[in-house]
Amino acid sequence: MDKPVNNRAWFLVLPVLALVAFSAVIPLMTVVNYSVQDTFGNNQFFWNGLGWFQEVLDSDRIRAALGRQILFSAIILAIEIPLGIFVALNMPKRGFWASLCLVLMALPLLIPWNVVGTIWQVFGRVDIGLLGHTLAALGLDYNYVNDRLDAWATIIVMDVWHWTSLVALLCYAGLQSIPDAYYQAARIDQASRWAVFRFIELPKMSGVLLIAVLLRFMDSFMIYTEPFVVTGGGPGNATTFLSIDLVKTAIGQFDLGPAAAFSLIYFLVILLISWVFYTVMTAQKDAP
Amino acid sequence: MAAVAERRGTGSAIVMVAYLMFLLVPIYWLVNMSLKTNAEITGTFSLWPQNPTLANYRTILTDPSWYMGYVNSLTYVALNTVISLAVALPAAYAFSRYRFLGDKHLFFWLLSNRMAPAAVFALPFFQLYSAVGLFDTHIAVALAHCLFNVPLAVWILEGFMSGVPREIDETAYIDGYSFPRFFVRIFMPLIASGIGVAAFFCFMFSWVELLLSRTLTSVNAKPIAATMTRTVSASGLDWGVLAAAGVLTIVPGALVIWFVRNYIAKGFALGRV
Repeated sequence: MDKPVNNRAWFLVLPVLALVAFSAVIPLMTVVNYSVQDTFGNNQFFWNGLGWFQEVLDSDRIRAALGRQILFSAIILAIEIPLGIFVALNMPKRGFWASLCLVLMALPLLIPWNVVGTIWQVFGRVDIGLLGHTLAALGLDYNYVNDRLDAWATIIVMDVWHWTSLVALLCYAGLQSIPDAYYQAARIDQASRWAVFRFIELPKMSGVLLIAVLLRFMDSFMIYTEPFVVTGGGPGNATTFLSIDLVKTAIGQFDLGPAAAFSLIYFLVILLISWVFYTVMTAQKDAP
Repeated sequence: MAAVAERRGTGSAIVMVAYLMFLLVPIYWLVNMSLKTNAEITGTFSLWPQNPTLANYRTILTDPSWYMGYVNSLTYVALNTVISLAVALPAAYAFSRYRFLGDKHLFFWLLSNRMAPAAVFALPFFQLYSAVGLFDTHIAVALAHCLFNVPLAVWILEGFMSGVPREIDETAYIDGYSFPRFFVRIFMPLIASGIGVAAFFCFMFSWVELLLSRTLTSVNAKPIAATMTRTVSASGLDWGVLAAAGVLTIVPGALVIWFVRNYIAKGFALGRV
């Protein structure tokens, strides 16, 4: 709060600025440039105004992808945040077992995303995968290649497998910072388990929960590699999320104009929703 | 009271065992497959390899088109980690110690790059790096990954730096330290764990990313992850080698986690606990 004003600090920020300008601003300007122009090929471009934006906003295909994306992110947050908190509450507090749990839980986070996809693609196959084989042995008609519901279930379980640990580790870090005195006071007051959670643990975790919700929202909204490897967006378009659709348009069909307009809208949607999350959650924290 | 605590302890242990099983069984299945021959994978169904073989690993470790993938990936990951930390350290110091014109906007703008979908940047990156002649080099992938790693590194380091009292800076200046000497000799050792955590996150996000690294490379700098996808689509059937390659991509991550295990909890909270 009482930081001194010093505009020379800008010099310390300059390297970051130069680097990010190169790796973010120039590409983003390219995107903006494409989004307002049309081409007949041969690198001849002419002004197209907001035509592409109009087309993207009117496109049923993109609207459907956006709907699926929002549904997916909502389901992911609804499962991973409570489950992550629950796991964090049950983790050992210190000692060898705590270290072991930390290391094992972090493992899925460091697996390359397409390997995550490969693991689940294999795991879910009825002929050679343990999950698919077991479900088939139980008499369930499970096939993530042909059945929409099964494809969704597989991708959601995969994402829960992949990322719940991140939420759990964040919450665990928040819980570690609560002094024992708080728990002792609660015991003297004969507070119930729920009261301890509601009035001691949850408020102490709110800071890290904000980070968890933001990171999980942003990353689930941008998800590409894992569903692409497992289902390739299918069956039909059932699991074609925004990034998959965008890559198909931009690199598959090389439709630069629509892809660029799509990109900008996509980026703005993420920024907007992240901002709303951030504002709502920090406002809650500031309130008494 | 003790009985209650004990009952809770048992319940917690059951929850943790169940959760860890859920995490480890799919990984076990991959390891299991990597130790089988293709005939055994497709022909029979067994919970553990009947005739364990290391042939799949031998294939990968003796074929340059396979093992160079690992070398390429590790090269650009290391480059990215060094670049990200080098530019993020001074910037994080500025954000944690001073107020300056536009600081808050700049910080949010930096973070907004973390929210940019890689898919949005794939095509412009391809064109940009082709135009400057960096296509298919390690440095191109390293720079591209800076897009999301630099903001994250600044964010993490700023959290750790704000935990160091400012009196230390002031005392050092009074003692006649210049800024660079103070920063390297006194300040960096104080936030060593923060630097470790930031390096861990840079490593992690650069190692797991595929879309940009695949788009920006063709032969010379092709990452292991891309090598895997192409092999799948070409032969489609070599499950054993695919599984072995997957297992080998887990190893570097597991090693890194083991080294930072004592900082991991604080690190995941980005220094803000």
